[in-house]
Amino acid sequence: MADRADKVFIGCGAGFAADRTDAAVPIVRELAGRAGPRFLIYETLGERTLALSQIERRRDPERGYNPLLERFLEPVLGDALRSGIRIVGNFGAANPRAAAARIAGMARRLGFPSVRIAVVEGDDLTALLSPEQFAARETGWTLLRDKPAIIAANVYLGAAPIAEALDQGAQVVVTGRVADPSLALGPLIHSFGWALDDWQRLAAGTLAGHLLECGSQVSGGYFADPGFKDVPGMDTIGYPIAEIEASGEFVITKPEGTGGLVDRRTVTEQLLYEIHDPASYLTPDVILDLTQVELAQAGRDRIRVTGARGKPRPETLKATVCIDGGLLAEAEISYAGPNAAARARLAIQTIRSRMARRAPGLTLRADAIGLVSILGDTAGQSLEQTRAEPADVRIRFAAEAMQREPLELLNAEVEALYCAGPAGGGGVRTRITPRLASASCLIERDRVRPTVSFPGEPA
Amino acid sequence: MSAQSRNAIEVRLHDIAHARAGDKGNRLNIVLVCRDPAFYETLATQVTTERVAAIFATRHPSSVKRYDLPRLQAFNFVLDDVLEGGVNASLGLDGHGKSLSFLLLGASVRLDAGLAARFGNLIKLNQGETS
Repeated sequence: MADRADKVFIGCGAGFAADRTDAAVPIVRELAGRAGPRFLIYETLGERTLALSQIERRRDPERGYNPLLERFLEPVLGDALRSGIRIVGNFGAANPRAAAARIAGMARRLGFPSVRIAVVEGDDLTALLSPEQFAARETGWTLLRDKPAIIAANVYLGAAPIAEALDQGAQVVVTGRVADPSLALGPLIHSFGWALDDWQRLAAGTLAGHLLECGSQVSGGYFADPGFKDVPGMDTIGYPIAEIEASGEFVITKPEGTGGLVDRRTVTEQLLYEIHDPASYLTPDVILDLTQVELAQAGRDRIRVTGARGKPRPETLKATVCIDGGLLAEAEISYAGPNAAARARLAIQTIRSRMARRAPGLTLRADAIGLVSILGDTAGQSLEQTRAEPADVRIRFAAEAMQREPLELLNAEVEALYCAGPAGGGGVRTRITPRLASASCLIERDRVRPTVSFPGEPA
Repeated sequence: MSAQSRNAIEVRLHDIAHARAGDKGNRLNIVLVCRDPAFYETLATQVTTERVAAIFATRHPSSVKRYDLPRLQAFNFVLDDVLEGGVNASLGLDGHGKSLSFLLLGASVRLDAGLAARFGNLIKLNQGETS
C-alpha cells in the first residue's frame, strides 16, 4: 500500500446495545462531506449482552446478533455505502454470520448486490476450554469453582483481525466480542499502516477508541446537570467523530447542527470512565497510560487530545464467562399521604419477619422509593438513617434464589399486604426474572485464533 | 452563611466538582473533576481515600484507591466490593452503581473563603448541609 492517509475520520453510531438508533444519521451526513478514509463504528456489546444473545441463538440459530441491528443500519447503510464510509460493529454478538447475512440482505434491497462483508470470529471459547479449564483461569471471584454449565465464554479480541478484514477490502466488518477501543484502532492500523508493536501509536488509537466507544457519553450525553452542567439539545445530541492524524494525535468533535457539546469537561469524564489505574489500561492491543494526556479546546465542540503513552500489550487476554445466575424476584407496593413513611417502614418490618420464618436464609432487600432507593444497601442501614416525609413511598422488595419457590412466596407475601398490611397500601406489582452471573478469566494469547472470512462470497 | 471559621466555608462537592461513575464487576470507579483548577488543592487535601470510604460506609468498600491526575484537574477513585455483587448479582435497582457519583458529590468540603468569594457564581452555598 503506497498511499497512506493523512487523516482518518471515525464516528461512533452507538455506545451500547440499546442506544438511540438514529444517532448515526448526522455522522454519516458529516463524514460524506469529508475526504480520506472514513469509518462508522458501533459498540453494542455489554458484559451480559453476549450471553443473552447466546441464549437467543440457541432458541433460533438465525438470531443471536444485536436485536436492533436492522434499526441501527436501516437509516444509514445506503448512504454509507454510497459515500465509501466503512462500517465496523460488534453487533454480531453471538452470531456474526447471521448478522452479516442480514446486512447483505439489507444492502441488496438498497441496490448494493455485492457488498463485501467480513466476519471476525474466534472469540467464542466454549468449544475450546472445559469448565475445569475455565475454573483454573478465573480471576478474583470463584464463581466457576464448582464447574457450572457455561452459557457463554468470549475472549476480547483485539484490533488486528479488524484491520485485516479492512485490508482485504471489507466494506462492513461484523464482529462478536472485541475490546471496545479496538473497533476504532482496527481502522487506524489499516489506514495508517501502524505496526502492531508501535506502542505509542497503538496507545493513541486506543485512546481515541476509548473516547468514542460509549457514543454520546463524550459529546454531552450522561453529563447534563441543570444549572451546573447545562447541555443544549439533549434530544438531538450529536454522537462523536474523531479526526485522527498519522501521529496518533486527534480531535474529538461532533456533527454540525446537532445538540450536545464537546468540551474539556465532557472529555475528561469519559477519559476516565471505567478506568482503574490510569497508568495502566489493559487492552488486547496495548497497555494505555493516560496520566500524561492533555486536552485543549481547538474550536467550538472540538477537543484536541495528546499525550497518550503505550506499553507492550499484556501476555494474557481477558474473557467474560457467563453462567446461570438463578432468579430474581421483585415485588412493589406504595403508601401515600400523611405518615406514609411510617406505614412503609412497618410494611418492610412485617415482610422481613414473615420471610424470616417462612424462608429462613433468603437474603431480602427492601428499597423505599421516596426515602432511599438506589443509594441504599441490602442490609438496610441507609434506610434506617434516612429521615424524610415524602408525599408517597414505594417499597421495592428483592430477593434471589436458584429455585422459584421462595421467590413466589415473597411475591405472595407482598401481595398479601393488600389486606393484612398497614393501612392504604396500593399498586402491588410482582415479577420473577432469570439472571446471569459472570466471571472473568485470563486466557493465554496463543490459545486464541481470531479468523476473518467473507461468508457471503464464493470461496 | 454558616461559616465555621473565619477563613473557610462549607460547600458541597457538587458546587466545585463534577463526577462520573463506571463499573466493572463489583468494582466502582468515580472520576471527580474540578470545576476550576483553583479547587484542585482543596480536593486533594480533603477528599482522601479515608473520607471516601466513610461516605460509602454502608456499602463496606474492601479498598479505596485514589489516582491523582493534575494535568486533568481530576482524581480517579476506585472502590472495591461496593456494588453488592455488581450488575449481575446486586439486589439493588442500580447494580451498575451509575448513580453513586452523586453520592460522592453530596459530601461537603471546607473551602477557603477567598476562593469561595472568587467563585461566588459557581458556589451555591448549602447552609447546614453536611455529608
